[in-house]
Amino acid sequence: MAANGIDPIHQFIIAPAFHVGPIEVTNSSLFMVVVLAIISFIMIVGTSQRALVPGRLQSLGEVAYEFVASTVRGSAGQEGMKFFPLVFSLFMFVLISNLVGLIPYTFTVTSHIIVTFALAALVISTVLIYGFVRHGFHFLNLFVPSGVSPFLLPLLVMIEVISFVSRPISLSVRLFANMLAGHITLKVFGGFVAMLLGTGTWAIILAPLPFAMTVALTALELLVAGLQAYVFAILTCVYLNDAIHPGH
Amino acid sequence: MTQSATTSTEVGHDQHAKAPFPPFDSSTFGPQLIWLVIVFGVLYLLMSRIALPRVAGILEARRLARETDLAEAERLKNETGIAIASFEKALADAHAHAEEIGAQTRDRLNAQIMEKRKAFDEEIAANLTSEEHTIADSKARAMENVREMAIEAAHDIVARFTGKAPPKAAIVAAVEKINHY
Repeated sequence: MAANGIDPIHQFIIAPAFHVGPIEVTNSSLFMVVVLAIISFIMIVGTSQRALVPGRLQSLGEVAYEFVASTVRGSAGQEGMKFFPLVFSLFMFVLISNLVGLIPYTFTVTSHIIVTFALAALVISTVLIYGFVRHGFHFLNLFVPSGVSPFLLPLLVMIEVISFVSRPISLSVRLFANMLAGHITLKVFGGFVAMLLGTGTWAIILAPLPFAMTVALTALELLVAGLQAYVFAILTCVYLNDAIHPGH
Repeated sequence: MTQSATTSTEVGHDQHAKAPFPPFDSSTFGPQLIWLVIVFGVLYLLMSRIALPRVAGILEARRLARETDLAEAERLKNETGIAIASFEKALADAHAHAEEIGAQTRDRLNAQIMEKRKAFDEEIAANLTSEEHTIADSKARAMENVREMAIEAAHDIVARFTGKAPPKAAIVAAVEKINHY
């Protein structure tokens, strides 16, 4: 493709990377495994010393642990800690996927709606299953706000149901769209650099401008990568809190 | 495009202009989901079974170590406080004891001194009395000698003037008379 260099969509194409026997490993699945390997390296290899005074890698693991643990405790209470491994896995998976995707020539796992939607569906199904198992039909109190006049109640219940149903969509689309848009923007500005370098005389003056923009955007995308992972984790906690304490 | 070429042209379109936007390409959903389930399942198992319990153990061990260290420090501090208190008490006791001994010694020495002084005073007084007696005796004896010398001198003087020795009794009486003035 002639426009390969500046085609901002090309980076999202899923292509076979290699084959392991009959199994086709695509770039997406490859980077999922890479993400898994990085997280395992930090959390398992890094903590294998069990040092009282932690080294760098162990500190990283401990910081991640305490950060997610305080998020879960703050949003879902002590009871929410039974979901801590789930929230931690989600947070680390999204965070490392986002960060790895920022490295040029890598693939961003979370830039595919099916991945983010599957994660969101996992969260919502956990909320539903736990909510019904724990509270039975009292879980439906979640949709009935207390202290509201009976005339307004049907309307409010409808609004609550709609907001609940839209949760998996908003949760998945938010992450997906952030990653997609960020990477497209980066690619577009990166493409401008390449295009302006071909303008001859003006290249020296013009090409650095989108390059500076790319640098600034990369910093922004780093922030977004962390922020979106945090948002995903904290919303998971908030939804799980609804499953734990449905009456509000 | 002919009917017979439909398949090949559709494949061609898929890869070019009409290729779906990759994230919405449903043909990739299945494999991605399978891989995601496997990878996330393994991740969840590794985290929940190995990593998180281990980190929790590390943090707990650190908390325990910190608490025992703090408790130990507190205990040592208390011990130090007790030691200081007992030391100060011992010091105060020793001070008090030393003062008591000092006072006793002073009183005892004062008493001894007073006693000795009293004895000394008495001795001096006794000596003084005996000396006074001796002096008075000597004086009396000296006065006796002087009287006799005066009587003799008067007798001699009168004998020279008159040429005959006066009666002794008159001289003695005269000397006694002068001596009374």
